Amino acid sequence: MMNHPVFTDNDPQKETHTLNLGPTHPATHGVFQNVLEMDGERIVSGVSTIGYIHRAFEKIAEHRPFYQITPLTDRLNYCSSPINNMGWHMTVEKLLDIQTPKRVDYLRVIIMELARISDHLICNGILGVDTGAFTGFLYLMEEREHIYEIYEEICGARLTTNIGRIGGFERDFNDIAFAKIRKFLKNFPPIMKEFEALFNRNRIFIERTSGVAAVDPETALNYSWSGPILRATGVDYDVRVNEPYSSYQDFDFEIPVGTTGDVYDRFIVRNEEIWQSLRIIEQALEKIEKEPKGVFHAEVPEFYLPAKEDVYNNMEALIYHFKIVMGEIETPKTEVYHAVEGGNGELGFYLVNDGGRSPYRLHFRRPSFINYQMYAPMSSGMLLSDAIINMSSLNVIAGELDA
Amino acid sequence: MDKLNNQSLIQKLTARFADQISVPEEPYGLLTFETGKETIAEVLKFLKEDAALQFNYLTDITGIHYPEKELAIGVIYHLHSLRHNIRVRIKVFLSADKPSIPTASHLWKGANWMERETYDFFGIHFEGHPDLRRILNVDEMTVFPMLREYPLEDPNRVDKKDYFFGR
Repeated sequence: MMNHPVFTDNDPQKETHTLNLGPTHPATHGVFQNVLEMDGERIVSGVSTIGYIHRAFEKIAEHRPFYQITPLTDRLNYCSSPINNMGWHMTVEKLLDIQTPKRVDYLRVIIMELARISDHLICNGILGVDTGAFTGFLYLMEEREHIYEIYEEICGARLTTNIGRIGGFERDFNDIAFAKIRKFLKNFPPIMKEFEALFNRNRIFIERTSGVAAVDPETALNYSWSGPILRATGVDYDVRVNEPYSSYQDFDFEIPVGTTGDVYDRFIVRNEEIWQSLRIIEQALEKIEKEPKGVFHAEVPEFYLPAKEDVYNNMEALIYHFKIVMGEIETPKTEVYHAVEGGNGELGFYLVNDGGRSPYRLHFRRPSFINYQMYAPMSSGMLLSDAIINMSSLNVIAGELDA
Repeated sequence: MDKLNNQSLIQKLTARFADQISVPEEPYGLLTFETGKETIAEVLKFLKEDAALQFNYLTDITGIHYPEKELAIGVIYHLHSLRHNIRVRIKVFLSADKPSIPTASHLWKGANWMERETYDFFGIHFEGHPDLRRILNVDEMTVFPMLREYPLEDPNRVDKKDYFFGR
């Protein structure tokens, strides 16, 4: 809220000036508008305006069968769409009480952790760009490209992935995909080390980011923050550990936490999470070796869309295909909340089902939306240039913010 | 301190609120109960501030619309006690005629935008909210689009009629 006198533009008493940061400013990396009252270079107060790319996903979801909602989730946090896809599939599986085989869980973990890495790479790379270090970003973009090639091998798409089906995956990971994952695990760590060497102990970077936008844990919790930015304040809340889904309880990994919650801590927490994600992927690859080969979905023909050649050649598959597509499947009339640890926080799906073809109500708990609301209040008193890097380090994705 | 589970939570709640809350259900293990507009502020405050409960994390606020019911508009709160790692879901149903409910934004600052979003889509007035404006939709909008009576697309369009899928 504004705690200073507001004067109109022509009032001679007006000493501040109004600055429109956004909606399309190169430094905001997305459609974000903040109307700032500036006193010189310092922000006095700000008002966030959001909703520029609102696409009414919750309304659309009320008119779509479950399997057609996956592409909507792609377009929430499009830097880590596989996590959104898997989160949605797991929500429906929880509703329908489908138990997925362990191998499916581990394949999902691999793809979700790759998505987390690519999400954090973008965020930390961009943070480097905003603090004036362009090189690291280019190093990392090349690695993100390799992650996208893995997605491409698994599902054919790169950004809006639509990976998987309710009950598992549409097809098994092929040998090329596994080879690419192994190659990534081998080639990525040295590059990540190089990136960390460029930033972690870089005096210019530390002086630029340390102490900027520090947040204490109480405030962060009061604003319902989640994800790396909450952990940077020192709260060890991670959905993967608190409510393990997709067999995360089988994995050995740590939750990195920060101490001060400033931009530097968030950067370090993300970097450390990338290392933990690599650990998880390595363990998942080992565990998959011990699971029966070729299992990539649960045996639930009434919910899992059959392969197209079966639909054409097999009576039962045709019937199930028809029933799933036409929405004649019995589903429980109840409600379910399922949360996953998205790239930038707790991504929740609240699904109310009335047994019909499409959800009665679907609400996305979008971490970007909830994390971003502290942005304007916390910017008061900040330098404009600090507010810019603060926004980068919050990792707010416009698609998820506006849904 | 003992770990809280659904049973002990139910005991605590019934001891404090008796018949002011509905009989709790547990769909998929998540404790769910209804309460009234008059008690919701007290329930939230109790859940948040009671030393044995510590539901300090507001996960989500959202709305729902059941046009055929007498109390048609629902407000749904998801709280999370990080201390005990347990979630709870609270529902309040309101009449569709000028629905209003006390704000939770003085308990959690994070409730501010969640309530604005709920207002924006369902037209629920949160009494005492510091800045209840539309958030995702344009300010000039006159309807609350998530109410069931508003169709997804303009029903007068003829180019997109699909009789099989009911669009």
